Amino acid sequence: MSWKLIKQALNGSKPLPRMWHERPIKNSYDVVIIGGGAHGLACAYYLIKDHGITDVAVLEQSYIGAGGSGRNTTIIRSNYLTPEGVQFYDESLKLYEQMSIDLDYNVMFSQRGHLTLAHTDGSIRTMRRRAEVNQIQGVDTRLIFPDEIKKLAPYLDVSDRPRFPILAALYHPPGGVIRHDAVVWAYAHHADAGGAHIHQGVRVKDIRVTNGVVNGVETTHGYIKAGAILNATAGWCTTIADMAGVRLPITTFPLQASVTEALKPFLNVVVVSGSLHVYVSQTDRGELIMGASVDPFAQYNMRGSLAYLEGIGGHMLELFPMLSKVSMRRQWAGLCDMTPDYSPIMGVTPVEGFYVDVGWGTYGFKASPIAGKTLAEAIATRSTPELIRPFRYSRFNEHALVGEKGAAAVGH
Amino acid sequence: MLLIDCPNCGRRSVQEYNYGGEYNPRPENAMERTDVEWAEYIYMRDNKWGLQKEWWYHQSGCGLWFLAERHTQSNEVLKTYFWQKNDVPQGK
Ligand SMILES: Cc1cc2nc3c(=O)[nH]c(=O)nc-3n(C[C@H](O)[C@H](O)[C@H](O)COP(=O)(O)OP(=O)(O)OC[C@H]3O[C@@H](n4cnc5c(N)ncnc54)[C@H](O)[C@@H]3O)c2cc1C
Ligand SMILES: [Zn+2]
Repeated sequence: MSWKLIKQALNGSKPLPRMWHERPIKNSYDVVIIGGGAHGLACAYYLIKDHGITDVAVLEQSYIGAGGSGRNTTIIRSNYLTPEGVQFYDESLKLYEQMSIDLDYNVMFSQRGHLTLAHTDGSIRTMRRRAEVNQIQGVDTRLIFPDEIKKLAPYLDVSDRPRFPILAALYHPPGGVIRHDAVVWAYAHHADAGGAHIHQGVRVKDIRVTNGVVNGVETTHGYIKAGAILNATAGWCTTIADMAGVRLPITTFPLQASVTEALKPFLNVVVVSGSLHVYVSQTDRGELIMGASVDPFAQYNMRGSLAYLEGIGGHMLELFPMLSKVSMRRQWAGLCDMTPDYSPIMGVTPVEGFYVDVGWGTYGFKASPIAGKTLAEAIATRSTPELIRPFRYSRFNEHALVGEKGAAAVGH
Repeated sequence: MLLIDCPNCGRRSVQEYNYGGEYNPRPENAMERTDVEWAEYIYMRDNKWGLQKEWWYHQSGCGLWFLAERHTQSNEVLKTYFWQKNDVPQGK
């Protein structure tokens, strides 16, 4: 990275080489990935890297990263509740730890530690269980109490003043934040360099299925034949699955986030409170970036609301009373594909050649690397890798859900 | 701010209401339904982009559960009405 910068500085006015290219759309690909978010692009990258499948197109109706991948609050962690979940997200975290080196791209992963606050005896009980489940899987997570919390986050109000005082916290040192755009661009760059086509501004309008096998996709730029199709469209995934005639247990809700003006560095951990519906971290620029839970009713609209601002303002002041004079600068929303068990849905579907990587809700950014890797394996081998078997599409018909609500509802 | 007409109370702010999800009547002859049919009812959703028939509950008002037809992109509420026994789910 630094070498490239120095070379560029001495290079005078010559622009940097493009990270990916616009290429003519072919009328057929081995694999068509719908959705140019971190998941779709990671899958393209791993199809090439792990399986030598290079005849791949990523179709994105807008620009890459226009969905949740460019709108999230970038929290990465693996302290989930079920053994299946912990194992899966921890593989992802390990890939993120290696990513700047593996992809020669600075993704600015800052493992500053992650605190989930407990304000009730009930949450302390769930956290004890999470800490135990995590430790058995070798994941560093433990329960800590106000004296230690105070050391990690000195400005957090751990007194008994608030209506819901902080009683304890689940401390997860490997958790942290990352530069989300850089993750998207790094995968796009390597997928492009490896031969994949990234088509921006191309929207999928229909999917052709003959005798239960996918044939191709109808797009705003004509028909494209496909050997396999991956639905990686997060909040829009039901609209795509409908085209293939596959039912999904998903409801789309917007999730809002916002940032304040920049402040001097004072918060060096990620702080989450499930009871207060708020999570916050401080960016390298000094802004506080924060979010709440999903909007109160299902919709595909991404407009921000005053109700959100009022709610999060109040809750932030419960945690950090000294922020009362700080102003909010920007507010936005993204679409989240919520499943009934707060776990994703990955792999094969009843339609042959139609794969899903959906149900990422409010927590899917952290899974981008491992989702890309395992889905690439599923597509290349036409089977379901062991790691994602618990998240298979058929689990709903089998009534074998993977309940992660306790660790994912507001946790990110 | 979104305003919704309660069939009893008239036009109120959306913050007075609770959203109850898409209209999805319970299968009849419950004992004869297979696991897969139950999965369809319990988990699968239309999650429509477009006009959706759905439940709302007037929590900070009269306490009525009623039906609405709302566009899930524009949030325009076309109509609201009392539930009736023969209300069918909206076809896809
Ligand atoms: C405010 C907010 C905060 C979040 N915070 C976190 C967090 O802290 N940590 C975390 O792990 N996760 C977080 N998430 C969740 C995370 O952002 C998503 O789960 C993740 O980014 C999903 O990535 P994706 O690549 O699957 O989908 P997306 O990035 O949403 O990409 C889907 C793409 O599909 C495209 N598309 C849709 N329909 C079509 C079509 N018909 N044709 C072509 N293209 C189409 C869209 O334009 C979009 O670009 C947050 C989400 C939001 C909204
Ligand atoms: Zn009423």
